Parts: sequence; C-alpha cells; structure tokens
Amino acid sequence: MSTPLIEARNVTKTFGGGLFDKSRTVALEDFSFKIDADNPSVTSIVGESGSGKTTLARLLLGLVAPTEGEVLYNGKNLENLSSRDRKQFLRDVQVIFQDPFEVYNPFYRIDHVLDTPIRNFGLAKTEKERKDLINEALEAVGIRPEEILGRFPHELSGGQRQRIMVARSLLLRPKLIIADEPVSMVDASLRATILGSLLRLNREFGISLIYITHDLTTAFQVSEDIMVFYRGSLAEAGDVDQVVRNPEHPYTRLLVGSIPLPDPDMPWEGERAIGRPAGELGEVGEKFCKFTDRCPFAMPMCVQSDPPLYHTHENRVSSCFLYRESPTIPMTEMTSIFRSSNRQGPVQDNVSFDALDAELEVSTESSSSASSNDD
Amino acid sequence: MVEETLSTEQTEVETDATLQVRDLHVYFHTAAGAVKAVNGVNFALKKGERFGLVGESGSGKSTIALSLLRLIKPPGRIEGGQVFLNGVDLVSLTEEEMRRKRLDEIALVAQGAMNSLNPVRRIRDQFMLAFQDHGIDVKRSGINDHIGDLLSRVGLSRDVADMFPHELSGGMKQRVCIALAISLSPSVIIADEPTSALDVVVQWQVMDTLRRVQEDLGASVILIGHDMGLMAQFVDRLGVMYAGRLVEIAKVKDMFGDPLHPYGQMLIASLPSLEVKQDRLQGIPGITPSLLNPPSGCPFHTRCPKMMEHCKTVTPVLQEVREDHWVACHLYEEAK
Repeated sequence: MSTPLIEARNVTKTFGGGLFDKSRTVALEDFSFKIDADNPSVTSIVGESGSGKTTLARLLLGLVAPTEGEVLYNGKNLENLSSRDRKQFLRDVQVIFQDPFEVYNPFYRIDHVLDTPIRNFGLAKTEKERKDLINEALEAVGIRPEEILGRFPHELSGGQRQRIMVARSLLLRPKLIIADEPVSMVDASLRATILGSLLRLNREFGISLIYITHDLTTAFQVSEDIMVFYRGSLAEAGDVDQVVRNPEHPYTRLLVGSIPLPDPDMPWEGERAIGRPAGELGEVGEKFCKFTDRCPFAMPMCVQSDPPLYHTHENRVSSCFLYRESPTIPMTEMTSIFRSSNRQGPVQDNVSFDALDAELEVSTESSSSASSNDD
Repeated sequence: MVEETLSTEQTEVETDATLQVRDLHVYFHTAAGAVKAVNGVNFALKKGERFGLVGESGSGKSTIALSLLRLIKPPGRIEGGQVFLNGVDLVSLTEEEMRRKRLDEIALVAQGAMNSLNPVRRIRDQFMLAFQDHGIDVKRSGINDHIGDLLSRVGLSRDVADMFPHELSGGMKQRVCIALAISLSPSVIIADEPTSALDVVVQWQVMDTLRRVQEDLGASVILIGHDMGLMAQFVDRLGVMYAGRLVEIAKVKDMFGDPLHPYGQMLIASLPSLEVKQDRLQGIPGITPSLLNPPSGCPFHTRCPKMMEHCKTVTPVLQEVREDHWVACHLYEEAK
C-alpha cells in the first residue's frame, strides 16, 4: 500500500496543564487514522461538543500540534515540512468551516475569495483561463457565476456562501477536503444542496472528504465510514450503515435514540433507549471508560482500565467491554477495517446530481423575476 | 389588491381557543422601507395543545413569538391584527397591563435562553426577582419550597437554587429557564428554538422536560424552529411559514404524510432520514425572497415548480381544504 496522504499516529492533544495549572483537559486521546488519496473516501466524524472532533480536524490541518504522537503528510511530519512540501500540503488539503458568514471579508467582492487561490498558486496564465476555472468550479456546485460575481458577501444567502467555499476548494483540485460542521448554521432546506455539492466533488473529481458533524442523519446520508467520538476517545467506528442502524457502543445507542426523526410515527426514546446509569462501581482507576458514569451496562472493569478496540464485525470496531469476546485490533490498524480501505477504485453508487444542475436553471428564473421586483 | 385580499382573508374560527391570532402584521421600518416580517397571519391554539411554527430564517417565525409577548422593539411595530389570550386582546393593552400578563399568562423560553440568566446572581435570586415583579411576597414562608418544587419539576436537584449559572451545564441552564417560565403557571408557553444550541442527547432531555411540565400544567405550547424532526416528535399541529405568511397548517401526521403546499412538499422531501439513503440530495432550489420587496402574488411563486400564471399576481388565501388542513395555494382553489 502506498504512503497515506495524511496519517495521525497515536495522537494525543491536551489543553492546559501548564506549570501552575493543575487542570488538564484531554481533547483527544491516543488516536490513529489514515487517509489514502488513491481511494477517494467519505468519512464522518461524529460526537457531541467536547468530544474532540474539531480538535482532530485542527490537528490534521496542522493548525495545532499534537501533545504526543505525530501527524504525517505523505510520510513527513507536518511540523517540519520543507517550504515546498508545505505549499503542496496547503493545496492538497482544504477546509470548509462552520460559519459561512465569518470567512468572508465584507469589504471585498465575492470574486476576491476565488481569485486569491488562483493567484497564490498560479493556477491560470491568462484572464480567460481564470474565468473558465471560476465558472467551472461554481457550476459544479450549482451556482450561476453571473449571479454572484461582482456581489458582496452580505448580498448572498448562507447556503450560497457555503457553496462558494466548496467551489473555492475545488479550484485547487485538492486530494482531501475537511468540512467542519459545514451545514449546521444553514437552513435545513439548503443543507441538502451543500452536502450534494460536497458529494459531487468526491464522486466526480475523486476528492476524499472528512465530514465532521454532530448530526448523525446527514453523516449517514453522505458517508461510507463513520467514527463516533466521546470525550476525546473513539467509541465506535466502521461502516456507517451498520453503525447507525445497529449501534453497538452504548453511547452510539444513546445518540441514535436521541435523534428526533422527521416522522411522527417513529419513537423518540432519548435516554430511554438505553436506560439509567448503573451507578457506583467503586474506585476509579487511572484509566477508565469515559462513558461509565452514563452507562447502564457499566461493570467494575470499566473503571479499572480503558477498553481497547474490539473488532466486532468485518467492517466495524467498538471500544466497549461488552464486546470483549471479540478479538482486539490495535488503534493504528483501525482504518484497515473501513469499507473505503477494502474497496478497489471509486465508490459505485447511483447518486445523481441533477438536482444541482436543475438549480442552475431555477436560479436564472428567480434572478430575472427578482430583478423585475427591484424596479 | 393586496390590501383587499388581506381584509377578506378567512380566519380559523375557534371558540375554545386559548390563544387566537388574527390577521397579525408586524413591519420593521428601515431606511430602505418597511420590511414585512409578518404579513397577515392567522392561527389559533387550543388548551393544552402543542403547536409548531417552522420556516427558514427570515420567514418571520421568531417575530411572531416576540409579537405575541409584545416584545417587538422599534423600528419594529405591530401594524395591525389582534392576539386574543383567554379572550383579552393583547395588542390593545397598555404597557403596564401587558407586563403583568407576561410570565403570568404567557411565558417565553428563548433561543439560547440559558444566556439570559444573570451570571452574578444565584438561581434562587432569579426566581425571586420574577416573583417580586409580579407582586408576590417573597418573604413569605414556603417560597423556598416553591422554588425547590419548580426545580424538581424540571428534573433538577433542589440544591440548584443555591448555585450560580456558571456551575450548570447548558442543558441544566435551559431547564432552569423552563422552570422560570412555568413559575406562575402560564396558559401559553412560547419556546423559540429552545434547544438549538444543545447536543442531541441534551435536546431530548430538555424537550422531554418541557413536554412533562406542559402536560402537568395543561398549558399550550408554541414551538418555533426549523428542525422538522423536532416538530414531528413534539407538536400536535404544525404551521409552515414562508416569507412572513402562514402557507399551511395541519395536524403533524397529515403534514408529514400528505403535505399540500408545494413548499411544504419540498420541505418534507428534502429531509434526510435514517431509513434509506437517498440517491439524490435535493434541497429547495432558489433563495428566499426579500421581505422588503416581497414578490407580487404568492410569495413562493419564484421557487415553485407548479407555478401558474395567476400565482404571479394573486395572493392565495389560507383556507381549509380538508378537515383541519389549511393551505394557501391556488392549486387547491378548485378543489374546494
């Protein structure tokens, strides 16, 4: 197997805990992960606030350095890349942040955010090339270029702004896009279109995606593999269909049971999905399962050591002693059980993007009628 | 033309209604002109009913919440219409009369309400302040028991009364806000996106709490938000807002099973589920119209796949096309 594009090796990140500060927060604990660029994949990272999912994204982007372990780009440590490698890294790995309002400078027209990467990376030699690149990228995400170019950020909806960020990433033809809660600040009716545009980048341009979210429903819709985090530790990972439909780890069961499904006939169990916490289990050791205090199945062993990864099914692992009959698998091998790691070539499915293309047509009509209203 | 349709618009007639909103108009007067945030809204709330209002941002749903409490601040103004609460028109009350109604008869659990707690006051003091404001003698014996009861009703320990807000988690603070909202047993509780800042497990806890206290009290609830899943699981009836108007009202099962308005249909169709993987991710194409210059005729005609010629000029009226299922769309006019 070739060198992975991005690899995290036994990464731990703690905050605080300086010389005079006794309080130390473990944001992410001993986590390993690989992304192989030759096999475009869509992986979701799911967890509640404080689960470490954004810390992981920032580690993979090189925005923070790990406390222990290392993050590698093409086999080289991200902390001491040569300037050439660094530039290539900034091109290969793109990010889309949560807030489509904050990333734009309100004084510049939309064109600025698209021109900057073209200029910085010398993507176009002529003016025509520049225009073609921008038009192609915008149309891929279902936006008519003439409708947004020359406008200011405040004139566009959150959904449009977020899709322009997707188009901006596409300009650079990256190998990996990390999308950190890209739709959580956007209206529900616009979410599907943004996720559709991200998915098209994966299917049509072979770009891998890491989709970070607290929303299991959209994670289920877009990804192949999922990783569920709880307080800085991996609780469960694997094939998204299996994990969501038949969760193993008690935390994942709680999470799935808490989702209000948009169907009045479906139950909404919340905590009733798993039951009440087991209660006192005695002295808590140095290592323990983070979910113990909320877990109805907790046993004395759960507070004495932290559970390893159990390889429960072909495409999934769970970090819970309930599955101690299953063989264990080292953290560093975790991604080998992913569906994307065991597939040859691109994803085979029949996801259609005609909705995005239809958007191009509808927006012409609405823009013409909107301008007639302005008179 | 528009004025004419508004005045002839049918109102949902409810005799046993706790709250009845009739032809409500709320405009924000800006330098560029009047923004018609709420443009002729009618609905009624039965006793003990849970009613949902959904819509995208800027559809006017939060403006409705604030105008029911008469908390609209300039440049916003209630331009017309009535809000009957237990038979009294709130719009015509004086400021002082309205102040007494708030919390006592109609209470609000706001979006991010947990940030509305005073950070330097103990939880007990925040209750005391509310009681004092409504002329309740806080020195009388038993007041601490009452606060303790309120806290335990929302599933918190009585000791929480002596804590400061920063000692509580987001979900606990939101439950304190629910306890505050029910402290004077109001007949209507307005919950404006009460869980939008919370994680899904905590969201369930908060909504479960709200449902329990609402049922105990026999109060009606208006839940405002854009999470269709939350609506499906919590409300009895649902109203869909679009560009300042209510375009559809139905029982929650009918709304999800058989939406009538094209906007409602697209909204339901765009919902991701955990059952099947959709082979196309489709949102609602186009953008929300500006409320400064709303489109003529039906506000949805610029995005509607079933648009007809007269949709551009004639504003459809909300009417009952099936039992308990109201829709404002020209498609259903012949059906009636």
